[in-house]
This record gives sequence, structure tokens and C-alpha cells, in this order.
Amino acid sequence: MRHIISILMENEAGALSRVAGLFSARGYNIQSLTVAPTEDPSLSRMTLVTAGSEEVIEQITKQLNKLVDVVKLVDLTEGPHIEREMLLVKVQTDGEARTELKRLADIFRGRIIDVTTTTYVIELTGTGDKLDAFIEALGGNMILEVVRSGVSGIARGEKSLHL
Amino acid sequence: MELTGADIVVRCLKDEGVEYLFGYPGGAVLHIYDALYKQEDVKHILVRHEQGATHAADGYARATGRPGVVLVTSGPGATNAVTGIATAYMDSIPMVILTGQVPTALIGNDAFQEVDNVGITRPCVKHNFLVKDVKDLAETIKKAFYIATSGRPGPVLVDIPKDVTANKAEYHYPETVSIRSYNPVNKGHPGQIKKAVDLMLSAQRPMLYTGGGVVLGNAADALTEMTRLLGYPITNTLMGLGGYPATDKQFLGMLGMHGTYEANMAMHHCDVLIAIGARFDDRVTGNIAKFCPTAEIIHVDIDPASISKNVKVDVPIVGAVGSVLADMIRLIKAGERKPDQDALAAWWRQIQEWRGMDCLKFDRASEIIKPQYVLEKLYEVTRGEAFVTSDVGQHQMWAAQYYKFDKPRRWINSGGLGTMGFGLPAAMGVQFAHPDATVACVTGEGSIQMCIQELSTCLQYQLPIKVINLNNRYLGMVRQWQEFFYQGRYAMSYMDSLPDFVKLAEAYGHVGMLINKPADVEGALKEAMALKDRLVFMDFITDQNENVYPMIPHGAGLNEMILV
Repeated sequence: MRHIISILMENEAGALSRVAGLFSARGYNIQSLTVAPTEDPSLSRMTLVTAGSEEVIEQITKQLNKLVDVVKLVDLTEGPHIEREMLLVKVQTDGEARTELKRLADIFRGRIIDVTTTTYVIELTGTGDKLDAFIEALGGNMILEVVRSGVSGIARGEKSLHL
Repeated sequence: MELTGADIVVRCLKDEGVEYLFGYPGGAVLHIYDALYKQEDVKHILVRHEQGATHAADGYARATGRPGVVLVTSGPGATNAVTGIATAYMDSIPMVILTGQVPTALIGNDAFQEVDNVGITRPCVKHNFLVKDVKDLAETIKKAFYIATSGRPGPVLVDIPKDVTANKAEYHYPETVSIRSYNPVNKGHPGQIKKAVDLMLSAQRPMLYTGGGVVLGNAADALTEMTRLLGYPITNTLMGLGGYPATDKQFLGMLGMHGTYEANMAMHHCDVLIAIGARFDDRVTGNIAKFCPTAEIIHVDIDPASISKNVKVDVPIVGAVGSVLADMIRLIKAGERKPDQDALAAWWRQIQEWRGMDCLKFDRASEIIKPQYVLEKLYEVTRGEAFVTSDVGQHQMWAAQYYKFDKPRRWINSGGLGTMGFGLPAAMGVQFAHPDATVACVTGEGSIQMCIQELSTCLQYQLPIKVINLNNRYLGMVRQWQEFFYQGRYAMSYMDSLPDFVKLAEAYGHVGMLINKPADVEGALKEAMALKDRLVFMDFITDQNENVYPMIPHGAGLNEMILV
């Protein structure tokens, strides 16, 4: 099953490679990984999407907790949560297709953030499924470039991951 | 007063109470060696290869419980140390490794003798640091000692660029240090402990299975007290030997791939398994699907990640084994409930029957020296009081089977990583820790050649180690597997062109002895032990075709042993 693990860790050189190294050394799978400093510059927050049986996920969380740089972690998928990913896509477009494309972006609540006579850059935020659907709707022919941020997530309600 | 980084390193070691530093100099650590030269508090031991330094520090740590400390230079100095660091990591040995690094301005430039020490050792250390500012040096070293020795112990590496050892800062060594992201749990959960004790006392066929955690956690006395209080049978893992007195009647010997018949059968048939400071290694469990099919399992371990990693357990307890055992003993003594004596008597009758198999018997009438016989005699001649280090292979298993360890920290071997070449340098560390004790290194002609250069170190420091070389001209364990599982195709397991070990020992300035008759074994051992101030290299020419029994083949359960 797919799990989203949120990690608070020391914002130090090498901390990211300890996590990445742990996953490769123990043969765990990483679907996506994002990391950036938090409002406290000494802490980074990482969101890691992985998949595995309950036993494997239990081992992953235990092994992550064992890393000296990891302060705290939570498996967001254990409770109600919100996940978001951002997509930037550059498409080739001219003539009639331009208005059609604008309409498609509107339907998905995307925004056009860069325009030339032959291209658009569209920004879109949502769950991974929504981004997949948008890319599918665009069709392969016009896409020049796709950039996805990887998943970020946060728990719903009063539950929060902090020191 | 301001000190240079090099002086700070040495002061930190002194303030940490470090007695010995095992190392080898080189360009990046010259400032530190200069600082060492100017003082006498920390004694530096010069090895002949950095692998030797790490194993010596490791042996010292295993024999004393204090962290072993290593100093090596950048590049090849550090890479040579990696095998020893990984060895310590696999067996959870507290160790601090200081590595030199190229100056900070050159890091990443492929400078002379540069390698990414932090990157290369990351998978085999508990934690590591790169110190980029001399102001952080003392606190980082304190953190390294704290992390290495607390919780589940392990090696911690501190990488120090050369310019950091030249720069100056105010010296202050913190008394204590706290790390917000690192808080090991020592005390076990009272509710879980109560549950475990209830389950233990309800057992019909109980079994204690204990490992290296008991030795590392200095909990042998507590374990012995609880085991005797309960009257239950007990087995030790390879790493746990000495955690319970081997000569005691409740002790069933080692378990696992080369464990005794009675220990493995009792494991297979028990209804409550009490695992303490052991990690259900594949060499212990055999085929996981067939492991302890009828048992409810209690597992005490300081590392939460060890629990339910290989085998799902029913009552997990995270905590230091010493603390948890003390709580268990208190509950057992205070409670009304006692073990079911009738069930226990029936269980012991069954175990005695298994014991009757005498699974460690061997041919005593042999004209050729049997390796088992050498170890039996070693045990007798040293009256079980020696510190025994070993290398890796058949001789290691025989030492574990035939030398009965009654005390912890006497059996020093590379259990997890299985590092050939460990025995001799580890024996050096043990001998430094216990200068007056008998230290025997049980080895084979394959393993000993992997770190034989340390015979030179032994001469320099007058270490009277007794090397017991079981020389069968084969890489014995490889040969055994080839005999059993590869239809006798002995690919690369025969050793031709061996050195004359007697002459070799003499060339290094030691005493060499060649023993090739069973009748000479005991006399030779006595003669060697009497040479109190000399290293004696004893080359025993043993039976080439001897195998280690019992053996659990790959994929089999603990009840499916090959017996002699």
C-alpha cells in the first residue's frame, strides 16, 4: 500500500543522503521525495512517498527514526490528510489550439504562467491523480516538458508535526 | 586559552578518559600526531595496517565495555579502516574513529589522498560527522562518544580536515551533551514487562534465547539470576556466549546453524520463547517459515527496529536488557505465581533425551589432530579463564562449541560481518586491556594471513598472545559447503604454498611451534602458556576433512540438523 511519511529532520549537510542511503541499502522503494527548510531554519521537513506491506512500512518508520538526524516523523496515511503536488508543463501550441488549451487549463484550475507565440507554461496543483489526468488530457503530442514537484502533505484538523 | 584543533583532539581524548588510541599516521593527521607526541596521557598504539587498528580498538571495546578509539589518515587510511568499522557496526561495538581529511578548501577537488569518508562509511556507522570549523570540534567529539556508547552502541566516525587541526579555538569539553533528535529508551514499558512475565510463568515448555545485547548491556548477572529463579533452559547466540555460564546445567549450548541438537530442538518445540538482546539473525533462525512454530514470543531489545524485523513477536519490549531484566526479576519475586513445576520437569526430561544425542562427539582415537580436541585441551589448560578471540570459519564455530565461557566479554569474535583477519588484531586490543590475562587467538591458516602483519605490532608492544592456528590447508568452511552442496568440487578452497608458520613467527621475533600429533597437543599448549612474556604461534596440523556438526542446511528448520 502507498504511504506518505512526513519527517522533521535536522537541516544539516548529509541528512538527505542518510535517508536516501537508508532506502537504497535496505531495498525500500521511494516513489517521490521532497524536502525544504521549515519556519525554523534548523529544521527541514521531508515528505516521502513509499509503498510496501504493513511490515515493511513498520520497518521503514523504525529505521528512519533510528537515524540520528531524524527528529520526528509521522505516517500521514494513518489519518485524514491533504496531499498536494505541483506540475509545470510546457506545451507547444498555436492557432486554434491555444484557446482550446486555455479552456482545458481552466477546467483543471491550472494557470498559464508563461506565454510565447508558440508555447504556454501551465501551472497546476493537486493530487497526483489530478496531475496524471491533466497530462493525459493534454495528449503526448504537444508536451515539450513536464516538471513535477513530488508530493507534499499535511494532516487535517488539529494534529500537527512540530517539536 | 586557545588551542589548535590538533591539541583539542588530544585534550578531548584525555578528558574522555581514553587510555589507548590505535592508529597509523599520514599527511592529513600530522598535526594530531605532533600533538600526541607532546603528551603522555593518551597512549598511541602503532599498528601495521589500518584494518588492524580498527579490529584492535574493537577487541579492546568488547573486552572492557569502553569505547575503542582509532586515528587514521585520509584517503587509503580511511578506506583501509572501513572493514573494521563495518565489523564493529554489525556487532554493535562502541567505537570512535577519527579520520584525517584534506583541507576544507580542497574538499571535492580530488586532492591527494582525498576520499569522501563520511559518504563511504555512512552505511556502516551509527552516525558520522565532518567538522568544518575548529569551534565545533570538541562538542562534536563529545557527541561522537555519547552516540557510540548509548542506546544500541556502534561506531561513530569524525572526519577532520587538516586545516581544522591547525586552526585555533577556545577549548571547552562539555560534561554532557544532549541531542534533540537522539533519545535512546532505557526503561522498558511496565505494562509490557508485566505481560511478558505473566506469559513466561504460564509456559509449559519455556525457552530463553539470549544474545550479544546481554554482554554489551552488562546484564549477564541479571540474566543468570532470572534464569536460575525460573529454572528454565537457556541457549546463547554466537554473540551472546558468556552471557550465561556455559558450565551451568540449565545451559543447552549455542543455537543456530552450528548450534547443539538440544538447543535447536528446544527452540523448535518450545511454547514460550523469551528472546533477550538477540536479533533473530538468519544464522539463528534457519528457515523463518519453520521457526518456533508453536511458540509465543517475547522480545526484549534496546533497538525498536530489531523487534519484528525478521520474526513477528507477541510481546515486544523496547529497553536496555539490564533494566528490563531487573524489572522482571522484581515482578517474579513479588508475585504469587510460580512456574508449573510438573510441566517443567517433563520438559527437562525431553531435553535430557535430546542431550543424550551427544551431538558434539568426535573421534578421540584419531591419529591425526582433531581441531575439536585442540579446543577442548585449550579450555582445560587455560581452566576456562582465557580471553579467546577468533577469526572466521570452522575454527570459530569449534571455539564457540568447545570452549565453555562462564563469563561475559571473554569470547571476542566477528559474528555479524564474519570478518576474516579479525582475530589477531582483536587479541592485541584485548591484551592491552588486560595485560596480565591469557589471550588466545583461535585462527586458521586462511584467516591469519589476512592480518598477519600485526605480528610486528605484537613484538613492538611485547604482547604475549597465544595464536592457536588450526591448519588444515583448506578454507575449511568453504570446503565443507562444497562437500555438502557442490558435490565435492573444491573450487579455490585448497591452500597451496603456505608459509612455514614457525619460521614466520620467528622472523617476526616470536616463538613458533609445530604440533602434528594428538599426543603432543596438551604438552605444547602448557609449554606455550608457560611462556608468559612471549607471543607463541602454535601451528596445529589438523584433520583436513573434519566438518562442523551439527549443521542446519540452508532453507531448513532448526529441527532439521545434519548430525555427525
